[in-house]
Amino acid sequence: MTQATFRVHVDPDKCQGHNRCYSVSPELFELDDLGMSSEIGTGIVPAGLIAQARLAEANCPEHAVSVTETAP
Amino acid sequence: MTSRHPPVQDWATDFDHTDPGWVGDPYPIWDNLRQRCPVAHTDRYGGMWLPLTHELVSEVAYDTENFTSRSVVVSERRPGPDDLPAPIGLAPPITSDPPFHAIVRRMLLPAFSPKAIAALEPFTRELCRELLAATAGRPSFDAAAEYARHIPVRVIVRFLGFPQEDADLMRRFIHETMEDVDRSPEEREAVLEEHEAYFDAQIEDHIVHPRDDLTSFLIGAEIDGSKLSEAHIRGTLTLLMIAGIDTTWSAIGASLWHLARHLEDRRRLAGDPELMSTAIEEFLRAYAPVTMARLVARDFDFHGHPFKEGDWLLLPFPAANRDPEAFENPGVVQLDRARNRHAAFGLGRHRCLGSNLARMELRVALEEWLARYPDFELSDPSAVTWSAGQVRGPRTLPVAIGRNGG
Repeated sequence: MTQATFRVHVDPDKCQGHNRCYSVSPELFELDDLGMSSEIGTGIVPAGLIAQARLAEANCPEHAVSVTETAP
Repeated sequence: MTSRHPPVQDWATDFDHTDPGWVGDPYPIWDNLRQRCPVAHTDRYGGMWLPLTHELVSEVAYDTENFTSRSVVVSERRPGPDDLPAPIGLAPPITSDPPFHAIVRRMLLPAFSPKAIAALEPFTRELCRELLAATAGRPSFDAAAEYARHIPVRVIVRFLGFPQEDADLMRRFIHETMEDVDRSPEEREAVLEEHEAYFDAQIEDHIVHPRDDLTSFLIGAEIDGSKLSEAHIRGTLTLLMIAGIDTTWSAIGASLWHLARHLEDRRRLAGDPELMSTAIEEFLRAYAPVTMARLVARDFDFHGHPFKEGDWLLLPFPAANRDPEAFENPGVVQLDRARNRHAAFGLGRHRCLGSNLARMELRVALEEWLARYPDFELSDPSAVTWSAGQVRGPRTLPVAIGRNGG
């Protein structure tokens, strides 16, 4: 049985380095030397971290974090 | 804090952020205005606007065309022709506009990244423990004057590389810059000159004796192959001092004020350290200390209001954080609020440079306090006083330590 794929993405034009996504879910995001965030790797969210990804999205003051769902 | 201005008649048309009513409890004023206006105006300070909704505050924060950051502290004295022009401004990068802003900010960001700030945590924790140890055995004391206010100033003084014994001097400078905003232009001029002289002496000392701190970092820094001007360095040092001390002191104090008045929250947080991460964000949302300001850059129509070049605009992130359109039950502090897109550190390109430092200090200050004093309450609620101006926090906070504490 296949499942939907969740992917998380940080828009680099919107990210201002609030660091909220990283503190909610360090498994999904990484910070550069300036403290700006990006998704780790391709941004594919492991099944156990979907709620974390949603929280990261819901806590970004700049609306820079998005979670997209691709149907199987 | 008493205002030198006449009492406010109508908050929608005559507001004043130094009025005792605003200073004591601004939230009902903002809630009322948000429904009535939601952009208030006053003729005071030569003319000033105040948007109250999260949407309008965001719009202004993101609009660097129609609004300039050339001055971000409202006073009777506007930047004059002899002041540094935008895009640099008096205290770069907070007073800088694009594109210069991004260049200066980029230069500073690595010094404030979470990794860089983590290095200051052991010093901060040790400092908190020392301050608390000095209160040992006392049934009551002033948590603002004896605890909260010492933490950010000592951390920033260390960060900048100034003598630790100058901490009191720094606090006076901040008070004069941020709270005495309704003095005459001549009085303010004299005060600012004294501040400049102090910073010039520190810069001079660091040029002669370079060391591993932020002042030496700024002296050595280059933009496009050129060293920073002395005025630029002084401006940035002034900014870091002002922005890094009063603000976090206020956040620590307001959080303790809340915990002193809410037994359930105090017990939950003392008993469940996991709760600290959401609790800190919730304290920052509900009691966001910092209201910024902008100057209108050119004449234009803002949602039906005739904004004129040179008008002040007060940018109340704390009011945005209390907007029911953006936050569920905004007036209620929920320590486990999971969805919290608060704007305590601002929005857009001027996001508080020191937000990682502020969060670290707030977290460590609360952790150490609760470890030592899990049980405490206000000993005299009527004696609590709040700062006036654009940074809001308790300046007198008498607490009584419970039997289980200390």
